[in-house]
Amino acid sequence: MNSDWLFNFPFKIPVNTGAIDKYVRDFSVKYDIFFGSIRNFLISFVNIIHSILSFIPWIITILAVVYITWRISKKISKGILYGALLFFIGTLGLWDLMNETLAIVLASVAMSLVLGFPLGILISTSDKADKIVRPILDTMQTMPVFVYLIPALLFFGLGKPPAVIATTIYAIVPIIRLTNHGIRQIDEEIVEASIAFGSTKFQSLVKVQIPQALPTIMTGVNQTLMMAMAMVVTTSMIGATGLGMEVLISVNRVEIGRGLVSGTAVVIIAVILDRITQGLVKNGEVNSH
Amino acid sequence: MNIKKGEIFVIIGLSGSGKSTLVRCFNRLNKPTSGTILYGNEDINKLDKRSLEEYRRNKISMVFQNFGLMSHRNVIGNVEYGLEIKGIPKEERQKKAVEMLNMVGLNGLENEPISSLSGGMKQRVGIARALANDPEILLMDEPFSALDPLVRKDMQFELLTIQRKLEKTVIFITHDIDEAFKLGDRVAIMRDGELIQVDTPENMSEYPANDYVKQFIDSADKTQVISVRNVMITPNSIVRLKDNPNYAINIMRKNGVSSAYVVSEKMKLEGVITIDDTINAHRENLSISDVLIKDIETTSPDALLSDIMEMATETRFPIAVVDNGNLKGIVSKVHVLSSII
Repeated sequence: MNSDWLFNFPFKIPVNTGAIDKYVRDFSVKYDIFFGSIRNFLISFVNIIHSILSFIPWIITILAVVYITWRISKKISKGILYGALLFFIGTLGLWDLMNETLAIVLASVAMSLVLGFPLGILISTSDKADKIVRPILDTMQTMPVFVYLIPALLFFGLGKPPAVIATTIYAIVPIIRLTNHGIRQIDEEIVEASIAFGSTKFQSLVKVQIPQALPTIMTGVNQTLMMAMAMVVTTSMIGATGLGMEVLISVNRVEIGRGLVSGTAVVIIAVILDRITQGLVKNGEVNSH
Repeated sequence: MNIKKGEIFVIIGLSGSGKSTLVRCFNRLNKPTSGTILYGNEDINKLDKRSLEEYRRNKISMVFQNFGLMSHRNVIGNVEYGLEIKGIPKEERQKKAVEMLNMVGLNGLENEPISSLSGGMKQRVGIARALANDPEILLMDEPFSALDPLVRKDMQFELLTIQRKLEKTVIFITHDIDEAFKLGDRVAIMRDGELIQVDTPENMSEYPANDYVKQFIDSADKTQVISVRNVMITPNSIVRLKDNPNYAINIMRKNGVSSAYVVSEKMKLEGVITIDDTINAHRENLSISDVLIKDIETTSPDALLSDIMEMATETRFPIAVVDNGNLKGIVSKVHVLSSII
């Protein structure tokens, strides 16, 4: 008996990937003005952040990190350690590249917060919206990042704008999720109290719900920042310059030393950003519980 | 059901009896499915969004079981919240908040974080916050249930003091019959979403509407409900100050008692005499005022039996019930103890 069909699928649905390519390409051409203006906006946004970062003398940046860490962790030793690590990046000759990378990361985080925070609030107030958005968020988080590098590249060309877009799509998820979660988990009696005293919905949101959810929201900010940092190397593939590009080049040329140096710099920046924002989360919790 | 201005109206029932749901309809945290709630002549149910906010801001405020305090604000920040959303300037609302905090006995704790307070203090903040709006109606949804018994007693006393001072209408929910009878001018008993009986505590314990009410009341500590007035008797051996000892002896002999209360002309209580002392006085030709015992225990007709329990078990004579200095009756150990069985 012929049992081939058990091991081979009897049907095949022919997916015309070429047609999809063509459609997307046509789409990008047709709406070029739209994408072009977003592109220009993102370029100037990233450039502004970059020039601010470059304008600050390195010594001031380091001292600021020392001071902020000291304030947040209440330990001067931690502040000095982070300052020394930053100084180390500078001595490796990576200071400018670091600023370039930070500009893209911060721009992406800013975009994520501006879009994600209101969206998180929106879906916290409506179960229906929550149900609709949840699978979309799951998709955004699990879809391999390379898949949306391609359309980002198509719509926005090479360089920083598609990097910011791709990073935003990837990093916006935690801020949406945790804003939603933070607001939903507030003790119902507290929200009721604010309503019982005659607050409008807006007053209740701004004066009670958001402040009460702030520690959770701050955790979301921290996570968004970390995920944006994780995209640094990936987005260098579509032409985002900075430390990620250094890593990519050293991979292509099998330059282990160069890769190690720039990789270390990425890790240092990530650790410092993480500790500082986590410190902010903890301080928020101390104040509110 | 009618709730009068200035009274403490207690709603009692087991959990699930609908008492919270009912009260939360009063400020529309819940929307009633049927029926009307009138505040004055206004139907609360028909208020639009704006006037509902106004009503909540100015007329009615609420104290919650688990306090409902905002942990991101300090004590004064919580108390001034109601004023803040009304748009009252900072200086004015802080002044009012401090005043309220002083009233509930939290002087000097304005800038403490909520987390540093004990349960009783937290609920004081809750009460101060509710009163800061100067509402006419104060809804209290099992406000003391989360507190330990000693603190609860303090808080009940505090609430009574505040209510007497401000004369707010208080609608109080509890599942504790002792608390209900102690605080309530009138008490409503609920079961399965329906009102069973609305009455004063005394009437309710004397004339329970049905077995359910009776069962509920039987679980109560009756000494907290019954006042001295209900158990006192008119003394039949009363002696006037100017009577002579011989007459006093006769009265005591006739009534078979070993002591008699002595009053002046206008029934003003002067003291007590014992049979032994009076016989001595008669022999030695002294007057009643010479053997009068002035240091005696007295109580008022409105005192609760629980208040005089200790006195009743220790006293040598029946306790005199005195109102404005006048003798109204007496209560003996027998009366106190027999009334609570």
